[in-house]
Amino acid sequence: MLEIKNLHVKLEEDDKVILKGVDLTVEAGKVHAIMGPNGSGKSTLSYVLSGRDGYEVTDGSATLDGVELLEMEPEERAAAGLFLAFQYPVEIPGVGNMTFLRTAVNAQRKARGEAELSAGDFLKIVREKAKALKIDAEMMKRPVNVGFSGGEKKRNEILQMAMLEPKMCILDETDSGLDVDAMKLVADGVNALRSEGRAFLVITHYQRLLDHIKPDVVHIMADGRIIKTGGPELALEVENNGYANLLAEVQ
Amino acid sequence: MGLETEDQIEVRDGVDRETIETVQAMAGKYKHGWETEIETEYAPKGLNEDIVRLISEKNGEPQWMLDWRLAAFARWQKMEEPRWAMLNYPEIDYQDQYYYAKPKSMDAKPKSLDEVDPKLLATYEKLGIPLKEQMLLAGVEGSDEPRKVAVDAVFDSVSVGTTFKEELRKAGVIFCSISEAIREYPDLVQKYLGSVVPQSDNFFATLNCAVFSDGSFVYIPEGTRCPMELSTYFRINAENTGQFERTLIVAEKGSYVSYLEGCTAPKRDTHQLHAAVVEIVILDDAEVKYSTVQNWYPGDEDGKGGIYNFVTKRADCRGARSKVMWTQVETGSAITWKYPSCILRGEESQGEFYSIAIANNAQQADTGTKMVHLGKNTKSRIVSKGISAGRAQNTYRGLVTMHPKALNSRNYTQCDSLLIGDKCGAHTVPYIEVKNNSSRVEHEATTSKVDDDQLFYCRSRGMDEEEAVALVVNGFCKEVLQALPMEFAMEAQSLVAISLEGSVG
Repeated sequence: MLEIKNLHVKLEEDDKVILKGVDLTVEAGKVHAIMGPNGSGKSTLSYVLSGRDGYEVTDGSATLDGVELLEMEPEERAAAGLFLAFQYPVEIPGVGNMTFLRTAVNAQRKARGEAELSAGDFLKIVREKAKALKIDAEMMKRPVNVGFSGGEKKRNEILQMAMLEPKMCILDETDSGLDVDAMKLVADGVNALRSEGRAFLVITHYQRLLDHIKPDVVHIMADGRIIKTGGPELALEVENNGYANLLAEVQ
Repeated sequence: MGLETEDQIEVRDGVDRETIETVQAMAGKYKHGWETEIETEYAPKGLNEDIVRLISEKNGEPQWMLDWRLAAFARWQKMEEPRWAMLNYPEIDYQDQYYYAKPKSMDAKPKSLDEVDPKLLATYEKLGIPLKEQMLLAGVEGSDEPRKVAVDAVFDSVSVGTTFKEELRKAGVIFCSISEAIREYPDLVQKYLGSVVPQSDNFFATLNCAVFSDGSFVYIPEGTRCPMELSTYFRINAENTGQFERTLIVAEKGSYVSYLEGCTAPKRDTHQLHAAVVEIVILDDAEVKYSTVQNWYPGDEDGKGGIYNFVTKRADCRGARSKVMWTQVETGSAITWKYPSCILRGEESQGEFYSIAIANNAQQADTGTKMVHLGKNTKSRIVSKGISAGRAQNTYRGLVTMHPKALNSRNYTQCDSLLIGDKCGAHTVPYIEVKNNSSRVEHEATTSKVDDDQLFYCRSRGMDEEEAVALVVNGFCKEVLQALPMEFAMEAQSLVAISLEGSVG
């Protein structure tokens, strides 16, 4: 589904090279996890895939179902089925959460040539999905992410994901700032979305999220490359021994 | 002068280039820039006593009205154009303007809308303004009740017609053009005209006193709640013509009215002058809501053409517990010079001012309000949202003054500026004077720019850049949009989007 080949990326601002040849393939229906120390390029990878400004791709490609992502606008990537759950969801004062969500859903439908959802249909679907994530009506009325707790913000990201029904979901440190209960809620939300036609790329520092969202494949990233790939046991190894041994192995 | 501060904020680098381009693309997308081809009768170009006499005669005015105009004209000739605003424009040649323009078909003074030239009616239809006495279905969720809105349509120098007059008359409400009011209700007009904005008030107001040609008159009798929204739509069509309308609203004790004003003009390469005066008199326990959606032609992206808008609006809360609420959405005009004000004379009277001012390309706006607290326990609230894009300069200028007798009075001011791009400017100039020890004045101001992170967040969810900008800006304006009557809130919301999107061709 997602195929990244030899991806090289530097910062536009100061030419600092962040990704130095990332190769990664995520098959449909699978959950891949990327772990790695701070500064290894994990978040950059998620931003570059979703089309954030400020990065320059100097080499390589990233395709979703065979279509080159890197040449598309961010909204085109979204309409093509890519979704990024932000590490730090952005606040938009004055814009109701419900309005935001409906605008997003209908923008994607429009881009794909589908009919927009009526207000009534939309409400029905949103209520159902919000309930599963314990998001109440009051939270849907509040401005997007403004004054939300860490847990509320992350649950809201998962709600957006559930409503937009993307093919390829990238979760950027969705576990950061969550207590155990909130993490469980978020993980349940993600697990409910697992399906044959959908793949996940879960970026995390810690094994604990992977206790709840069981990965099929685990990659270790360091210094802008994937240095090791294995099964779920790789995450446990990191949890127990840290990254030092793995890094030494490669060098 | 108590306190005077000024700050100019320059935007840092790093604003998304495409955002700037998107905003630039909106130039030339003004929706109402077409012209009605119609035979127009002009008074000779230029301004002198004869022109003043001619306007008065055309309107069939009594002698006192003419004398009043002539006195104003004599005074105006000795006045100087104010230059204290943060506005930069070439000198206006007041002799190079037409001061009176009227569609020829209006010569016969049509008795009802059925007799009005179909071309004129079609103009308003094209603008989306209902001149038939029809129910207006509000396009708003949760409101399926049809609502009526009465309209007075002013085309260049004359009022074309007023709807729902009969129904309003039954309620005792007078809603007609000011020229008609001068003829039909001279006592009321003479009593209140110039009592809020005196002849000597300022250069542009004095000019208006001399040459105003038409406008609206509203009178709400004691204890009456006006049965429908009232609105006036101003359209400048003729070239090189100034529009000088005059609006007078009188709300007697315990009455209520909500009034809306809308404005558009065709695209012209030359600048056109608009100098209006609005006076509102509010007596004991009465309340007036005055909402403006100002969408005059703003000029092209190089600042060619567009309306010069110099407007004096003032409400006098004469009665105890009287209340006024100004709401304005200013998206048009090359130059905006406008400070809708509240004189809080009656005890416990209240004034509110909610404003959205959008300036793009070469537009310049210097706008705000004056809250003059004279009575005890008076309250005022100011919420101003300024949005600057392109090379535009947007200034909030506001005065809050607490007089010695205005004991225990309060003001709260909130001024927020939003910048799009790195070549525009936002300025906040609050003047605060407090002359007693029991009053309280609060002022809060923020300046921010449309944040790249917000835009990226929206776009990563599937919205294109235009939608994203519109969403963020509408969020920024929300408090003010909510203050508008429901029907117009929708209109204003899409106008905000159009002003910044360029999505309408």
